[in-house]
Amino acid sequence: MSTTVRIKTLKIDGHDIGAREDETIMAVARQNGIVIPALCHVEGLAAVGACRMCLVEMKNSPRLLPACITRVEEGMDLTTNSERLIKYRRRILELLFSERNHVCAVCVSNGHCELQNMAQSLGMTHVNVPYLYPRLPVDASHDRFVVDHNRCILCTRCVRVCDEIEGAHTWDLMGRGIGVRVITDLNQPWGESESCTGCGKCVNVCPTGALVEKGKSVAEMMKQRQFLPYLTLMREEQR
Amino acid sequence: MSKPCLATVWLDGCSGCHMSFLDMDERLIDLAEKVEVVYSPLVDGKDFPEMADITLVEGAVSSAEDLEKIKHIRQHTRILVSLGDCAVTANVPSMRNVLEVDKMLREVYLEQVAGQPQIPNQVVPALLPQARPVHEVVKVDVFVPGCPPPADAIYFLLTELLEGRQPDLSALTRFGK
Repeated sequence: MSTTVRIKTLKIDGHDIGAREDETIMAVARQNGIVIPALCHVEGLAAVGACRMCLVEMKNSPRLLPACITRVEEGMDLTTNSERLIKYRRRILELLFSERNHVCAVCVSNGHCELQNMAQSLGMTHVNVPYLYPRLPVDASHDRFVVDHNRCILCTRCVRVCDEIEGAHTWDLMGRGIGVRVITDLNQPWGESESCTGCGKCVNVCPTGALVEKGKSVAEMMKQRQFLPYLTLMREEQR
Repeated sequence: MSKPCLATVWLDGCSGCHMSFLDMDERLIDLAEKVEVVYSPLVDGKDFPEMADITLVEGAVSSAEDLEKIKHIRQHTRILVSLGDCAVTANVPSMRNVLEVDKMLREVYLEQVAGQPQIPNQVVPALLPQARPVHEVVKVDVFVPGCPPPADAIYFLLTELLEGRQPDLSALTRFGK
């Protein structure tokens, strides 16, 4: 079987770029020093295009493309940072903030939160839509970890890392639309989960304070993610 | 020429934003030369003036009194500033929003007390069903996130507004800071 990979040429933000045909816009942009914001995407896990923060514009197309799951094509002319994109990204962020109870002031991830950082980098000073203030549980039944649904943005990083890297598939999603929740096993308390290995990978990939370690203070709750690409690479080699 | 009038108001907040205001330290003296503080928990003026040039609002809109106050202030202010996370997002006061007010008051004042159970209904203003950000109730001109916004951010905000500019505070403060 041939393993030849074709090279595509395209433009990103006016720069001429050559890329392998099996690469995504996000990967190619990052290799070329162009930062496209993302919340659900993390290096080392399968891309799902859930958060829509990475939408980019393509010339002569009315549709916006999610950069993390769209492969490069010949002749693409992409813009990653226009006024229009910033406006949409900010609105998506506002919806994320309004949908749950992200009270940064009393969050253990305050100062180390990707959602909070994103709000600052996109200049989001307030939320234009009404807050919903849903009543959501906090599950502290696990010996070492806590899941606070008030702070979950449904990026599914925990679901993917548990399935793809740890191989336990403890995490999954339940419900539809605005009622979606991350669950452990068949929506049992995390502490009673028989499949959870307690590895803590889900906690470390979580972008917000939704998954945290018990007993850690605000200054201590730093997430470690650098291990992910390495683990993925090792798994690939074994297969 | 008279100095621009500055007012500050404290709704449902912890006064941390006002403490941060005081944290401007010696810059308060510079500021005192540029503005007249006409109404604030920090000064003795009892009535809101006919027209304030800038009003800094700390806290969420949580009670009937907050609502009445902020509506009055909006009508008598040129530039209304939501100062801090409680004013901008309802922040910590909003954590009670998932509870029903009547049920909560009954539990706190009737069911869990040993003597003289009574729900306060005099002097203390009635709670609104939910604590809300200021801009959901009245128009806000400038938003300053932060819990509390640092003194540097407040000083920059005021000096920029006094120069007639719209301040960009993104480098100085953020939600939760």
